[in-house]
Formats: sequence, structure tokens, C-alpha cells
Amino acid sequence: MRRLLLALAFLALALPAAHAVQPDEVLKDPVLEQRARAISSGLRCLVCQNQSIDDSNAPLARDLRLLVRERLTAGDSDKAVLDFVVARYGDFVLLRPPFNAHTVLLWSAPFLILLGGAAFAWRRRRGPATPGAAAPLTAEEQRRLEGLLREKQD
Amino acid sequence: MIVEIGHYALALALGVSVIQALVPLWGLSRQDRALAAVGTSAALIGFALVALSFAALVASYVRSDFSVANVFENSHSAQPLLYKFTSVWGNHEGSLLLWVLILTLFGALVALSHRSLPPRLRAGALAAQGLVAAAFLAFTLFTSNPFRRLSPAPAEGQDLNPILQDLGLAIHPPLLYIGYVGFSMTYAFAVAALIDGRIDAMWARAVRPWTLLAWTFLTLGIAMGSYWAYYELGWGGWWFWDPVENASFMPWLAGTALIHSTVVMEKRDALKVWTILLAILTFSLSLLGTFVVRSGVLTSVHSFATDPARGLFILLILVFFVGGSLALFAWRAPLLRQGGLFAPVSRESALVVNNIFLATACATVFVGTLYPLALEMLTGDKISVGAPFFNATFVPVVVPLLLLLPIGQSLAWKRGDLLGAAQRNAAAFAIAAVAALALIAFTRGGPVLAPLGVGLGLFLVLGAGFDLAERVVARASGWPAMLSRARGLPRSAWGTALAHAGIGLSIIGIAAAAWSSEAIAVLKPGERLTAGRYTVVLESVLPRTGPNFRAEVARFQLFSGDRELAPLEASKRVYTARAMPTTEAGIHTDWLSQAYVSLGEGQDGGLAVRLYDKPLILLIWIGAIVMAFGGALSLTDRRFRLAAPRRAAPAAAAQPAE
Repeated sequence: MRRLLLALAFLALALPAAHAVQPDEVLKDPVLEQRARAISSGLRCLVCQNQSIDDSNAPLARDLRLLVRERLTAGDSDKAVLDFVVARYGDFVLLRPPFNAHTVLLWSAPFLILLGGAAFAWRRRRGPATPGAAAPLTAEEQRRLEGLLREKQD
Repeated sequence: MIVEIGHYALALALGVSVIQALVPLWGLSRQDRALAAVGTSAALIGFALVALSFAALVASYVRSDFSVANVFENSHSAQPLLYKFTSVWGNHEGSLLLWVLILTLFGALVALSHRSLPPRLRAGALAAQGLVAAAFLAFTLFTSNPFRRLSPAPAEGQDLNPILQDLGLAIHPPLLYIGYVGFSMTYAFAVAALIDGRIDAMWARAVRPWTLLAWTFLTLGIAMGSYWAYYELGWGGWWFWDPVENASFMPWLAGTALIHSTVVMEKRDALKVWTILLAILTFSLSLLGTFVVRSGVLTSVHSFATDPARGLFILLILVFFVGGSLALFAWRAPLLRQGGLFAPVSRESALVVNNIFLATACATVFVGTLYPLALEMLTGDKISVGAPFFNATFVPVVVPLLLLLPIGQSLAWKRGDLLGAAQRNAAAFAIAAVAALALIAFTRGGPVLAPLGVGLGLFLVLGAGFDLAERVVARASGWPAMLSRARGLPRSAWGTALAHAGIGLSIIGIAAAAWSSEAIAVLKPGERLTAGRYTVVLESVLPRTGPNFRAEVARFQLFSGDRELAPLEASKRVYTARAMPTTEAGIHTDWLSQAYVSLGEGQDGGLAVRLYDKPLILLIWIGAIVMAFGGALSLTDRRFRLAAPRRAAPAAAAQPAE
């Protein structure tokens, strides 16, 4: 089923139905709820495909949303909540991977490619100041040229 | 019987495409014109056969012939006729057949455009195109045959996946495929140029219409898919940086770079080697997208193993075409001579900068999409790379490109004047900056980046408009002169300006998303819910029965402040054949903004309701349509009319020739 979806739509997402955050989950304090939403949108629903727990209606995502709200209500900072969730589920749960030895290439890739591209283009630049060398004549062309020159001399 | 004819035609098409791939190459190497010309008739016959095969599959869908396994699995006799028709490509096997149909159609169009193309280039391109067709026909026949029969035939089908029973998704795959497959033509021309060892402005002129055509359709396809996700998935998101979305976005980025580099090549005979490489890479990314979507490899490394035959086959296709063409490139590219010199400050350099940024943006998406897979294979570590990563890396790469765009656009060819170009855009920049500052002051306490985004979008729209205006007004005195100048501007100039303004419109829509608001509550009839500028009152909840689903429909009245706007309906459907639920959001379009209501589960005698206020959200897709329109307008430019393939009429005429 899921594979069929993937096979078809380029947008195929794990589950069709919407409704992630349910009304009974919403915290009374709007500031706290805002923080809960922000944290949730960065946490992966572990049983879904590339969906945040904020977008998913899977039961596990709901459990995780409730957990995040529980920790926030208990007075945890955003970072403490994230640390708590990562300690339980590992880095896999973070949609924004942490910067470490394993992800250094991932995070630096855009920068390195941009720099590499610019350096390459700069080295290969060929302005009027440095005219490119004319391509050497092929043997065939050389022969024809000599023939023409000889004709002229005759 | 019809099914067997379709099956047989498909097998024949495989044979014909092998001939199309091999005989012209043999002819080219022997300098035999007659042999090299075989590709032309092979391409036409191949298209006719695949069209026949596709028609056979369509016929079995429309007649609900459930003795065909593919029809049984993806259709239902109670489906509306439209969805019976679109079910044809609503599954793996059928969509592959559509892919091949479009591929052979393009081959036939190249075959028919005989006067405008150098014969050696055309023969080589048709051979390369035949090879691609052969690979995909073999893939279809051997691993994904849509004509497999069932015995005994079931009485009723299993229905199409309900979330695909939607007009938006019905036309999304063909648009996307025309885009993907269109890039196979530029690929074929690149391979032909490499085989021939020669490339010039003529090549660029021959290739540019195909690139524009593919890009235009890919733009529409991506926008359509995004809008579909927005209204069908029910939580109002429109781009998720999902691997499958990224798979279509990468060829789009590379194709955008390719459009720009072919301009340099056509006008100034420069950037040849890079353009060839880009043509190869763009189609390689299309193939990668097909691989990603078809094999399910990105879901997890393990799901790849659930259907190893298909995954492996398509991986082999990918390795063969990407590896083969890159090897050919490494071998032959040094033969291509560079031409066209230009100063560091010039339109050419600006387009080189454009290509560097677009290539980096594309590579960023590529790395982000495939890194988790590579890391898991190498170290066993599992990480997730999601939207927050892409927002943090992709946006900083693209913003400088967009800021430089209007300036690059007003630089002259060969040797430009940076100060002059900056001055020409000063007015546009000043207006955009003032608008952004005013917005910041006006929405104090709100998001700060959003006004800056709106300013950037405005700069692009104004920059494109002023550039056109200057060309019309400059050196013309009086209205008649200006009008005639406006009419005299090449259509590609209008196309370019429209495409650039379209990006600006999309950016404004994307930035404005930061001002959207959302409210969730359990409502009983008579109760109200407010989000941003909009309020809904739940009036009633009714059951309703559709042809192949049952629905629970909630009726709302929508208000903006105290003003009554419109009645609104949102529903939850359960499709009976698969017992699968879907949500149908209720959307009211209010100029460029939308009010969006969707339903959740019933709770304590009420219904969970979500209401969104989405300001200016339509600009995202309007921008994409404007971009595509710009592409289409460039396509009708006078200088392509000779080289451009004649569409429609010859294609239709080709069919009876079979």
C-alpha cells in the first residue's frame, strides 16, 4: 500500500489522513503551546516516512507530542526537552541532524560545493586578456594548407 | 484479445527500439547514410506501437476488464469514468507505460523535425533515445508488465487508492513525466554531440526548445503536486522536503541551470563542455528520481529488498546510463573546442554565477536526500534529514542568487558595466526595500524574515518589469514608437521577464506563509472557531453517499470579521472497497488568500475542526504558472520556430502510418 503510494505520487507521504495535533492535546498556555509546536515540527515520527510528529496522526507521534507537552509543562527548557527525547530515541528522531563527526560532510557540503564551483570557474575564466591558444591544425588541414600555399606560389 | 494485442505491441516496440538504438550507430561509424536514417522510421514505428499498447490498457480500464491483474488491483466498476481513465497511470505498471509513451512520442517528434537538424546529430540522438526506450521497455515487460492476466477473473476490482481519486493528481503524473522525459531529449542530443565530437551554436539552438519544453512541464508538474498535497493531505502544508519531492526538484534545478547555460552557448559559443555535462546530469537526476520513487530505496535500505528484481533492474539502468554517458563525456569532451571569450563582468559571467549557485542548490538537495542512506550503509548509523536541514542550507544558497538575478539580467554580453547595471536596478531595489521596511513596522512583533522575503520577491518582480520597460522606452519617442518596440521585442525576452517575475511572486507567497494562523477545537453545531481574519460557524453534520465512498460532511458558514463570506463544506470520506479514510478540506479563496477548514475525529459529541488563515498563499502557485507561461512564451520565439519540433499535427498523422 505504502509502496504503491510512493510509486505513484512524487509527493507520496506515509499516511493520507490529516489531523495531527488533536484539540485535547493543546496546552492552555498559548506561549507554551507555541513552543510545543515548534519542538514537534523538528521531531521525526519514528514510524512514518519523513514526517514530523506535528504532521502525523500515528499513535506513536501522539504519544511523543504528549510527552513533549508534559516536559514543557513540568518547566523544562526547549533544549532539555530535545535532550530528553534524543536520550530515549537517538539522533534519528531529530529532523535537523546534529553537527558531529558523522554529519560534518552533510553540513559543510553546500559551502564546499559553492566554494569549489567558484574556484573552478575563476581558474577556468578566459577573458580577452588571456586569449585561448588556437587549436592546432589536424594533419589533414595541414596538408590542405600546404597545398593551397603551393598553389599560390605556382 | 485487445489486451493481447497491447502486450504484443509492447514486445514489438522493444524490438524496434533495439533497432533504433543500434542500426544508426552502425551507420554513423560506417558513414552509411541509409543505415543512419533507419532511426527515423524506427522512432515513428516505435511510437505507434507503444501508443497502440497504451490504448489497449486504457480500453481495459474503461471497460473494467478485471481479468487484467493491473486493472483488478487499481480500478473499480463504480468509479467515475474520469478516474477509470486516470487509474491507468495511478499505479506502478501503468505509469511506466505512460513514461515510455511520452519517451517514444518525443522520439517521433525528433524524427519528424528532419529539416531543422543536422542529419548526423539527429541520427545519434535517435540512437541514444532508442537505447533509453529499450531499457525502459525491457523494464516494463520483464518486471512490471501491465498486461498480466488473472484466471479466473475477479468480479470486482480493488479500487484506485482513494487519495489518488482526485483531478489534481490525475493530471500531475503526465505533467511531471513530460518534464522528466523531455530532459531525455537533451541527454540524447548531448550523447550524440559527444559521439560526433562536434558541438556548436546550432546544437544549442536544436536543444533549447526541448529543454524549455521539459522545464515548463516540470514546473507545472511540481506546482500541481504541491497544490494537491496542500488541499488533499489536509494539514495545509505544501512542501515537505520529502525525498520523493526532492527527486523531482533536483532535475528542475539542474534543468533551470541548463536553460541558462544553453543561452550562453547559443549566443556566445561558450560554456560548451559544461552545458554537455549539465545535459547529462539533468537527465541522470530524472533517472535517479525514477529510481528513488520506483525502488522505495529511500524509505529505508531494507524496503529495497522487498522487491529486489525491480529495484535492481532500475539500478542497473541508472548505472548504465549515468556511468556510460559520464565515461563517454570523459573520453570525448576534450575533443570539444571552447569558444567565445568574455570579460569577468558580463552577462556570460553572470550566467556562470547563476549556474554555480543553481548547481550548489541542486547538490545541497542531493546530499541532504542521499546522505542518510549513505551513512547508514557505511556506518550503520541512522539519522534523519528533514525540512529544518533544507531550510537552513538551501535558503542561504538561493537568496544571494535571487538578489543578484536582476543585476545579472541587465549586464551586457561580452563586457558589462557593473555600476550601470546596479544603477538600473536601484529604483526597483529602493521600492522593494521601502516596502519591506514598511511591512516590518506595520507587523511589529511578528516574524522578521517574512517582510524581507516579500521585499526580495518584489525586487524580482519589479526588476523584471523595469528591465522590459527600459527596453521598450529607451530611445523611443512617443507612444507609437514604444508600442512598436514592445511588439518588436523577441518573445524570449518577454518569456525571460515573466519567468523571473514568477519566481518573485512565488517567493512572496512563500514568505507570507509566516503570517498564517491556525486554530483547533472541538465544535458542536452552532459553535464558532476563529483563526486570523476568518471565523467559521459549524452549521450541521450530515452523512452522504458517493459512487464509491461514504462521507461525513460538515457545513460551515465562513465570516471575515462580521462580514459573511460564503458557505463552506469539509468532509471525511471512507472509500468502501479499501475501507480507507480520506479528508476533503473546505477551501474558500479570498482574492489571493485562502480560508482552509479540515475535519478530525469526533470527540465528546462534537467534531474536531481545524481552521487556517493562509494569507497570499495562492501566489506560490500563481508564480509557478507565470514561470511556466514564460517558458512557453520563450518556446514560441521566432528563432525556434524553424528548429522547434512541430507538435500535435505530425504526431497525429504518424499514427495511421503503422
